[in-house]
Amino acid sequence: MMMERHTLAILVNDQPGVLTRVANLFGQRNFNIDSITVGPCEEEGLSRMIVTTGGDETRVDQLRKQLIKLIDVIDVIHLSKDPMVAREILLVKVKASPSQRTELNGIVEPFRASVIDIGPESLIIQATGDTAKVDALLTLLAPYGIEELTRTGTVAMARSIVNTPIHS
Amino acid sequence: MSVEAAELTRSLPAIEYGEEMTGADMLLRCLLLEGVECVFGYPGGAVLPIYDSLYSSYLKHILTRHEQGAIHAADGYARATGKTGVCIATSGPGATNLVTGIATALMDSIPLVCITGNVAQSLIGTDAFQEANITGITMPITKHNYFVRDVRDLPRIVKEAFYIASTGRPGPVLIDIPKDVCNAVTPFTYPDSVSVRGYQPTLEPTDQDVEALAVALTQAKKPVILAGGGILAADATQDLLAFAEKTQIPVISTFMGLGNFPGQHELALGMPGMHGSYTANQAILQADLLIGLGARFDDRITMGRTKEFAPNATIVHVDIDPAELGKNVETALRIAGDVKSTLKKALPLVSRCDSEAWLQQLKDSQQQFPYSYQKIENILKPQEVIELLHQATEGEAIVTTDVGQHQMWVAQYYKFKHPRSLVSSGGLGTMGFGFPAAIGAQIAHPNRTVFAVAGDGGFQMTNQELAVVKQFNLPVKIAIVNNQVLGMVRQWQELFYENRYSEIDLSCSPDFVKLAEAYGVKGLRATNREEAEAIIKEALEHDGPVVMDFRVANHENVYPMVASGNTLDQMVLGEE
Repeated sequence: MMMERHTLAILVNDQPGVLTRVANLFGQRNFNIDSITVGPCEEEGLSRMIVTTGGDETRVDQLRKQLIKLIDVIDVIHLSKDPMVAREILLVKVKASPSQRTELNGIVEPFRASVIDIGPESLIIQATGDTAKVDALLTLLAPYGIEELTRTGTVAMARSIVNTPIHS
Repeated sequence: MSVEAAELTRSLPAIEYGEEMTGADMLLRCLLLEGVECVFGYPGGAVLPIYDSLYSSYLKHILTRHEQGAIHAADGYARATGKTGVCIATSGPGATNLVTGIATALMDSIPLVCITGNVAQSLIGTDAFQEANITGITMPITKHNYFVRDVRDLPRIVKEAFYIASTGRPGPVLIDIPKDVCNAVTPFTYPDSVSVRGYQPTLEPTDQDVEALAVALTQAKKPVILAGGGILAADATQDLLAFAEKTQIPVISTFMGLGNFPGQHELALGMPGMHGSYTANQAILQADLLIGLGARFDDRITMGRTKEFAPNATIVHVDIDPAELGKNVETALRIAGDVKSTLKKALPLVSRCDSEAWLQQLKDSQQQFPYSYQKIENILKPQEVIELLHQATEGEAIVTTDVGQHQMWVAQYYKFKHPRSLVSSGGLGTMGFGFPAAIGAQIAHPNRTVFAVAGDGGFQMTNQELAVVKQFNLPVKIAIVNNQVLGMVRQWQELFYENRYSEIDLSCSPDFVKLAEAYGVKGLRATNREEAEAIIKEALEHDGPVVMDFRVANHENVYPMVASGNTLDQMVLGEE
């Protein structure tokens, strides 16, 4: 069975232990966290977590209701139900002899990625985009030999409603 | 608040706001201001400042003999009264000994405030003596928990803890206080009000929802109410009675709900589920409208076959916890709201259902298929013991239980007249719960008969609390349904594991009469019906605690029974 992927935005009190509470609840309700990002948000004293997880719609709705019950959780929005933008950052160290650098640039540029460190036998490439784009880039880089990679996990936001006149 | 507690609070020295005091003094002052009359606890290094304050406090403290006893007693107190139970334990092992009790309270939505000490903040994280990360450990089993970092936050945290524990869907809240915070001195002020941004307990159902409920009734020919523990938590037993009588809808009470509707009422169908009554289960199977009120459709009722549950019914579900709506079974109408206000709002909108034929059918079924067991001369049957306890007290007693066969027999054969009279661990199924819980219930209701019904297995998990009933002369009547075996495990091994009786033999248990006597408690034994009747009479006449050792048949099974994984129509009524 194909698992649907979901993205949740969880607004929480910026308190010690909040990440544990939220992560714990995912485990308790038998959900796997595919990625999680946490950081400050527009209001002081609160943080926003973006979590991606898998599961059918009904179960994710149940998870959302259980999350809201946590006292330190202020709000939970099921972002992927509606149009959203999602991005992650990739850092990847690829094996590259000096003669391969130009060739690699041919991959980096169309992805609007950039080379941010050059060593004698490797490069570090930074890329930003949605998960599919980052995955595609990695597939193309794989033949060169990936020494190390790290991804931030998804940050996401609901798209603005576009049918509202700008000068309203 | 009881009269005693009210007087106590009035006699408090007037609080001078801004008066300097230690965190420990402040904590006890906060408890008194919350109307707490009794705390259950056990001292230790990290709570020495709290116990030093207690030495000159107005607060009543019951020293149990194990922290598990303290929390179950606080839980029994809460279940018997509806008030928030309070317990105190020290850091490390004291705190971890509360864990089972906290999980027990969470599963049954019982309001508790658990206070633990911890090592001083300078030692936190150093693996100090008796250090345990109890807030981390209890995160998944508390409604909320707090680690107090600054003494100035303590009054607000205590206020919030009582608010969170007792409102919405109740539950346990833990406050972990490091020793330096207990010793720190600061001016005391207690907040008048409380507001927690991330916590808005749903209270009022919408008018639209209540109207939809009333409309659903008009179509129904075979309606049934499934009333759970939420009725008790919401103090809605009178509202349920009025609603059921006006609409003439029969009422099934879940195990956690027993006592929410008079057991002998003509509309009462008793308990459903795995060991429920034939008629209650048939009512679920045949109903065309099922109204769940403060019940959560757990797997001992649905048998995990949620798609086949109430297959012919439109299901309406009223619960204060929105997360329960649609969690286990698909429902047509979901009402998030307090069940008391829902019933109150609905009452004027509803009228008598067209249910006469249905009621007659159920009445016939009840007569044809009552709970039954085979009586054998000179052998005391466990069901007989519960029947005798019921007869001797006419359903008026508070009965606490442990977990297993005796628990199911209490549910079947003790017809509870009053709410908050069955005190039992339904969700977690905690053995060793019943006896300490009876201590809390007896303290809450000094003039009511409190039976602690236990098996010979469960009683041995917490029987050290005999010292407490002796010390405070609490007249708890302990009824040990002694079959020398772990009965429910034996039953399952017989039915599902080809009689391979693995590790269930308890024949080497102590002589419970002598054990009672060793604690200075009266001990009595019965081996047949006549003796059983006699010792119950003697126990009830005795002004103090009694241990009754009922030596019952040891191969008795609980029936009716629906095996896990079967649907409610696959019910085994008794031995072939």
